[in-house]
Amino acid sequence: MSLFSRFEAFELDVLKEVGNIGAGNAATALSRLLDKPVDMAVPKVSLLPFEEVAERVGGSEQVVIAVFLRVEGEAPGNMFFIIQEQSAKSLLNQLLSLRPEEIEEGYSEMEMSALCEIGNILAGSYLSSLADFTHLTMAPSVPSVALDMAGAILSYGLVQYGEMGDSALLIETTFLEDRQELEGHFFLIPDPESFNKIFKALGVTAE
Amino acid sequence: MIEQNLVKVGMADLNIATDGAVLRTTGLGSCVGLTLYDPVSKVAGMAHVMLPSSEIARESAINVAKYADTAIPELIGRMKDAGANMRRAIAKMAGGAQMFAFSGQSDSMRIGPRNVESCLHMLAKNMITVIAQDVGGNYGRTIEIDSSTGILLIKSVQLGTKEI
Repeated sequence: MSLFSRFEAFELDVLKEVGNIGAGNAATALSRLLDKPVDMAVPKVSLLPFEEVAERVGGSEQVVIAVFLRVEGEAPGNMFFIIQEQSAKSLLNQLLSLRPEEIEEGYSEMEMSALCEIGNILAGSYLSSLADFTHLTMAPSVPSVALDMAGAILSYGLVQYGEMGDSALLIETTFLEDRQELEGHFFLIPDPESFNKIFKALGVTAE
Repeated sequence: MIEQNLVKVGMADLNIATDGAVLRTTGLGSCVGLTLYDPVSKVAGMAHVMLPSSEIARESAINVAKYADTAIPELIGRMKDAGANMRRAIAKMAGGAQMFAFSGQSDSMRIGPRNVESCLHMLAKNMITVIAQDVGGNYGRTIEIDSSTGILLIKSVQLGTKEI
């Protein structure tokens, strides 16, 4: 895709730093919620064909729990917080003291709502730190949660890219709780038009 | 069990199958899985349509499989080449869900229903009858069409498996 192929390594590093700052704050928020250390992987910035986006969380048919927020403002985009079912159960267990055996197949409305709120807190801290850093307004929409196939969920965030190519640029961060019982993924998929604004705000001149 | 030849159709992709091969596409959300089938020559075609119309395309080289208005004519052409008589063809489709619901939705967030409308419009234009559909809702689907029977198998996380 011509728009992104001209990105320089330096610019990709800037986007990595964007992911680093945002996810770093989100990890801190999670660590406070759990009262436990949370580790974070080095963010990845990749231009991925649509087919491969879902591979990052286990494949198109992998059942995941996703909290989706639409980011409005000067640098609009889509944000997903994605966790596997096992991690979701571990989260519910640790935060609501629900023991795994009490959680039967599926999730109650209350459990889904709790997961949605966790995603909201984490995504909120991600975005607010990013907004502080860039001085761009980034207002998250009301969050929405779904348990479904990763492909179906993530394709929702790729529509803006569909008009201009077959791949999307996404900023991905993975974090792990201390004993690795909990693994979560953040995907920030800025709208194609947002990149220049982010670069400009950070003093990196895009052509 | 007889091992059937499985042809994978990716996102914004299309393909055809003959001789009992199965076409499969996974993780349909707001995208539409459109299938055409000629029951006599047993040629099946499937497109994983992502967007309603190529008019909004801003890419230089259009991927015809991505848009409803370009994917359907392309699929019809490919099936004709494989020996299908499109006057006998029947259509089935699934997908077009609204994965997340928001108030005050912008048009791009209503993409599922728009994809379905556009597919129906294109099929009507090509005089192909839609005999069954499983569209809308707020859940993802994986679909498979068997080119020996034309049966469309639909799997979803919440509702299990069904055939249309």
